[in-house]
Amino acid sequence: MNARSTELDLQRLMLAGLDGDAAAHKALLTRLSAHLRAYFRTRLARIGMAAADAEDLVQETLIALHTRRHTYDRSQPLTPWVYAIARYRLVDYLRRSKGSAMDVPIEEAEEVLADDNPSSVESSLDLDQLMARLSPKARQAIQFVKLDGLSVSEAAARSGMSQSAIKVSVHRGLRALSRLAAERKR
Amino acid sequence: MKTDDLIDVLATNLEPIKRGELRNTVMIALAIGAAAAFCLVLAMFGLPAAAPGGEFSALKVLALAFTLGLVAAGASLLIRSARPGEPGRKLLVLIGLLFFAIFLAALVTLVLTHPAAWGGIVLGPQWASCLVCIPLFAVAPFASLVWALRRGAPTNLVRTGAIAGLVAGALGAAVFAIHHSGGSIPFIAFWYAGPILACAVVGALLGPRLLRW
Repeated sequence: MNARSTELDLQRLMLAGLDGDAAAHKALLTRLSAHLRAYFRTRLARIGMAAADAEDLVQETLIALHTRRHTYDRSQPLTPWVYAIARYRLVDYLRRSKGSAMDVPIEEAEEVLADDNPSSVESSLDLDQLMARLSPKARQAIQFVKLDGLSVSEAAARSGMSQSAIKVSVHRGLRALSRLAAERKR
Repeated sequence: MKTDDLIDVLATNLEPIKRGELRNTVMIALAIGAAAAFCLVLAMFGLPAAAPGGEFSALKVLALAFTLGLVAAGASLLIRSARPGEPGRKLLVLIGLLFFAIFLAALVTLVLTHPAAWGGIVLGPQWASCLVCIPLFAVAPFASLVWALRRGAPTNLVRTGAIAGLVAGALGAAVFAIHHSGGSIPFIAFWYAGPILACAVVGALLGPRLLRW
């Protein structure tokens, strides 16, 4: 598939996701994760840093893409938006890990590059640990709506919060998770 | 955590996104900032005089056109800056042109005036209050714009901070102009444009610290 039809395909999924189509959003994130994995592995390997961190960056970027998807302008192509966010996460990562990650030998990076089985890739991100640092409200809202898969009205009934409070808590909580993931100690 | 698991979590119970959400957030922040700055002006100087004199009101219109023009172009550039991967160069050119126009008009005025009178024209009676008040009135708009931008996704934090500072400074200058528009075009060029640019520099310095996400 050439770049142009890939772009149109991804953009179609993005637009459907923005309108609330969960299956399209999932398909979009899955396809983007493969692009992002290749992007981060190449970049990290080129500057002699541990490619093992690529998956952390992939996941941080996926959370960022999800929580910032309202910043996508529907009339513009999708790919530049995605890569601008990926580049921002990479630069942020490099600034934070300056000095600490520079001593990782390049051999290790190549080993990880060889192991390319996307379905088994894991990051060092621990969702439970990150969740523990959220406010109780946000933690509960994400647990109900995002992890247990309860509908917003079910979550509202069970937690005693209003439906809009649940939605706001989920959104704020995910944004906080994105920040916690980026700022945690490596 | 496996990436596929994360994707499942993110896609579960997906909420639709309202169109124009980012634009609305920035516009609301701008309105709140403008209202706060206007209230501060009222608290400090009271209501503007009922009937301003002829020449001074023409200068007031010029000062308002310059500052509100900057606010309009800057705000729309700010919305673009909060979207990853959108440069918006045309708007930057427009902002440059506004400054160029006011400096050119000031230069022409000075050339047409006798050099002995330059000091009086440039250093109008209220130049010092411009220097203090414009940045002071820009504080509230800057804070509310930072709040809005943190809800966006600016990728160039220095640039975005600078534009936020510029918009806040121009808004501060606009509310200041309701009361004091100075006595001449060169006065506006120096003591309005100068503090606005200073606000932009401060915004550029604060951007990386305040806007990280």
